Amino acid sequence: MKAETSSDRGATPPAGGGQAAVFVARGITKLYHMGEVTVEALRGVDLELYESELVVLLGPSGSGKSTLLNILGGLDVPTAGSVVYRGEELTAAGDRVLTRYRRLHVGFVFQFYNLIPSLTARENVALTTEIVPHPMPPEEALDMVELGDRLDHFPAQLSGGEQQRVAIARAIAKRPDVLLCDEPTGALDIKTGIVVLEALARINRELGTTTAVITHNAAIARMADRVVRLADGRIVRLERNADKLAPHQLSW
Amino acid sequence: MRALDRKLLRDLWQIKGQGLAIALVIGAGLAMFIAYLSNFDSLRRTQEAYYEHQRFGDVFARLKRAPRSLEPRLALLPGVAQADARVVVDVTLDLPQYDEPITGRLISMPVPRRPVLNDVYLRQGRFLDPGRSDEILLSEGFAEAHGLGPGDRLAAVINGRRRNLEIAGIALSPEYVYSVPPGELIPDDARFAIMWMERRALAAAYDMEGGFNDVSLRLSPGASADEAIARLDRLLEPYGGLGAYPRALQFSHWTLDMELTGLQTVGLILPVIFLAVAAFLLNVVLTRIVTVQREQIAALKALGYADREIGWHYVQWALLIALAGSAVGLAGGVWIGRGMSAIYNDFYRFPVLEYHLAPELVLGALVISQLGAVLGAQSAVRRAVSLPPAEAMRPEPPARYRPSVVERLGLKRWLTQPARMVLRNVERQPGRALASVVGIAFAAAMMVVGLFFVDAIDELLDVQFNVVQRQDVTVTFAEPRSARAFDELARLPGVLQLEPLRAVPARLRFGHRSRQVTVTGLRSRPQLNRVVDASLKPRRLPAEGLVISAKLARLLAIEVGDVVSLEVLEGARPVRRAVVSELVDEYMGLSVYMEIGALRRLMREGGTLSGAYLEIDEAAGGELYRRLKAAPAVVGVGIASATLQSFRDTLAQNILLMVFFNLLFAGTIACGVVYNAARVALSERSRELASLRVMGFTRGEISAILLGELAALTLLAIPLGLVMGYGLAALTTMAYDTELYRFPLVVSPRTYAAAALTVIGASVASGMIVRRKLDHLDLVAVLKTHE
Repeated sequence: MKAETSSDRGATPPAGGGQAAVFVARGITKLYHMGEVTVEALRGVDLELYESELVVLLGPSGSGKSTLLNILGGLDVPTAGSVVYRGEELTAAGDRVLTRYRRLHVGFVFQFYNLIPSLTARENVALTTEIVPHPMPPEEALDMVELGDRLDHFPAQLSGGEQQRVAIARAIAKRPDVLLCDEPTGALDIKTGIVVLEALARINRELGTTTAVITHNAAIARMADRVVRLADGRIVRLERNADKLAPHQLSW
Repeated sequence: MRALDRKLLRDLWQIKGQGLAIALVIGAGLAMFIAYLSNFDSLRRTQEAYYEHQRFGDVFARLKRAPRSLEPRLALLPGVAQADARVVVDVTLDLPQYDEPITGRLISMPVPRRPVLNDVYLRQGRFLDPGRSDEILLSEGFAEAHGLGPGDRLAAVINGRRRNLEIAGIALSPEYVYSVPPGELIPDDARFAIMWMERRALAAAYDMEGGFNDVSLRLSPGASADEAIARLDRLLEPYGGLGAYPRALQFSHWTLDMELTGLQTVGLILPVIFLAVAAFLLNVVLTRIVTVQREQIAALKALGYADREIGWHYVQWALLIALAGSAVGLAGGVWIGRGMSAIYNDFYRFPVLEYHLAPELVLGALVISQLGAVLGAQSAVRRAVSLPPAEAMRPEPPARYRPSVVERLGLKRWLTQPARMVLRNVERQPGRALASVVGIAFAAAMMVVGLFFVDAIDELLDVQFNVVQRQDVTVTFAEPRSARAFDELARLPGVLQLEPLRAVPARLRFGHRSRQVTVTGLRSRPQLNRVVDASLKPRRLPAEGLVISAKLARLLAIEVGDVVSLEVLEGARPVRRAVVSELVDEYMGLSVYMEIGALRRLMREGGTLSGAYLEIDEAAGGELYRRLKAAPAVVGVGIASATLQSFRDTLAQNILLMVFFNLLFAGTIACGVVYNAARVALSERSRELASLRVMGFTRGEISAILLGELAALTLLAIPLGLVMGYGLAALTTMAYDTELYRFPLVVSPRTYAAAALTVIGASVASGMIVRRKLDHLDLVAVLKTHE
């Protein structure tokens, strides 16, 4: 694997030619100060995400992929560089703007699901639908992840895979413009992991939601339109999948 | 219902035990707030309405005798709206079932009109009929104590003649809402009768026809009482005026006002303490909740919930707990309030004392509890709001520990691993540990200060009746008498020991300050009624000069060696100068003592006496009392033991109730603090404890780690609480440093023990509940959850 020079990074043309970039990130750097140690999580990342594509951000732990996702999703701000979402500068935005951005445009899926344990599947989804305009009904969102029959179960009554699908339903019920998934299968076995990925692929296909999936699992990269490889806070390679696989064809 | 609200309710249900404990602390605080302040309000309303309706006077004065022609001039004094002149005399009553004479006070009534001021309220029967010289209205307290009613008869010795009086009605007066027999310290309904009689009949019996000896004034709005008093004193001076005094010093009113002030002070201070403890508990619990829900908060933020919404969500936790506490507090407050009101109904004589709960008070209770809750919640809520979402996605780093002070002092090898864990954990969050200790200490302090009242009253009574007043009987004459009266008393049957008493009413003036006092002349080393200071040492009266209460000296800024002027208010009303030789720290009254010989020299009189103290042979008591009852010159006979007994009985009932409530409230605080500390510790450390169990530690051993921490906090809290309690007791004695009595600062070992035991009991109970949880610790589940 050869590290690209900064001049060609981010210059990979979009799939299908004329699609618009949803995100344009330029020169993103993120420093963390932990006591006396300064950790450079991201060291100048340039990246575009395009309309309706499914991108996998692949890299080992500590490569900065979660940090990148958090910055794209408005959960974190970079130390330097800029992120433009549909012409809007996110890096300069204040907390209110970022909250509004997350609320209206972004769906998050986390490695540990982060469901509210005291709320049922339906109610977890309702957490989202209650605060956005024109959401899909919680039942419909849960149907999309094939949990229409588990509406009134509490997280503790659901398996890990089911919990993650509730989390996906919760993320998509607002009809987000982008779906950001941080190791969505990280805590799951292969069989349930594939069911979860099926759900993500289906939503990407049917709703056309721009989807970014973080993983350290190279096998998952094969379901992506594009794969962004990160190592040590830098993008080391961008590749386009010529033969994108369906999740059920994956194995690891 | 919104999903976030459902989360709130279900989460609260999860911590119901802790929520309830906090709600009860809030409830206890509000219950006191409501109970005390509603009674304050009820009493004050009742008092005001009663005073207004019965035209209670603003200024009062007694005098020897003035002609009725002076009456119109009273009302013409500047600032005076109305004036009333009466005849008031104290007599002895003769009740068949009592050997000893009982004091009665006869007050004249302008039959068939009603008094201009200090009108009576007729409870039963009818007002007096004109021309019926043997009819009286009788005070309700006395009538109840003796089972007397309209139509019954009562024998009184009026000016040496035994008269049978017929009770026309039972009445109440704003002057005697609270009454104490003359010369006594404590109330006794059975031994003090107030009677109203037609003026003409009463005046005739006492040679007061065409005269009066008692004045009440009602002032015009805005008029100065001081000026009116000065004018009235000048007017009455030639007629033996004994010095006018304002309503504020009228005994019944003064007592009621003291009670009102007490209710208001306690009703404001105690709830603040409880709400402060509750706020601290809310803070601890919510901080823990925010930590536990760190990832949920992160998810909510990622979902696009605004800081405001998340903050409000956690504020609502506190508000709902406070609301539950308010419900408990309101219900409890009304219940306790009604109970207190019933006690006041026994203690104070009002036509109606209606319990009144003002809506403003309820609103106030809700507002302060919600405010307290928000204050308690705010730092935890701020933490939730300021949690950076990206960071919150990651599990919290392990808490930072370091070796504890004890270990750093080199005692390490004496400590077992569990002991080290306890110490390090307490030291890691010293603020929280300290606040817990202070919270528990408050419980102990509350117990101490609550029971201190019992100790103080006990001490007061003990000193007064066993150390100071060692006489069996005090005889008071209507007028000062010559030395012969002393010999006559000495010849009465059953008198074992006799000491003379000379009491001279005077105005003591020093600089521009003055006070009406009674100069009490006693033997230099009296054996019966003694002068005793706060260290309980009997004092010897110096051959010359005055010995005055330290309190009086403070009021008038007098120091030992100062020369004061005494304007005598009897006889020829001489003005004398006397030196203050010594001060004495006494619990009761504002006293001025003088060696009886010195006082007589000052008054330029012979063996004059105003009364005497008697030690008697109880066996001969009956005959002695019969003779005293018949003696026309004797107006008052005080019998110490009888009065004391009835007072102790009344007090005992109320004290038991008070102790019970104190126990309840202190227990609530202690349980609230300990239980929450235990639950939070359990929540924080269940993983660690489960790990120890997996390693083979027994249930007992892991319990020791958790409960050991609670035991350490409790043991630290107890001495602190006892010291705080003593401090609060000292503050209380300052608050009750009045002209009528001072509270001795005495806390009995029994009180300390009760306080310590209450706190230990509450801790043990809380510990046992947590211990049960520990026993049911699901090892696998706890270890599986990641935090």
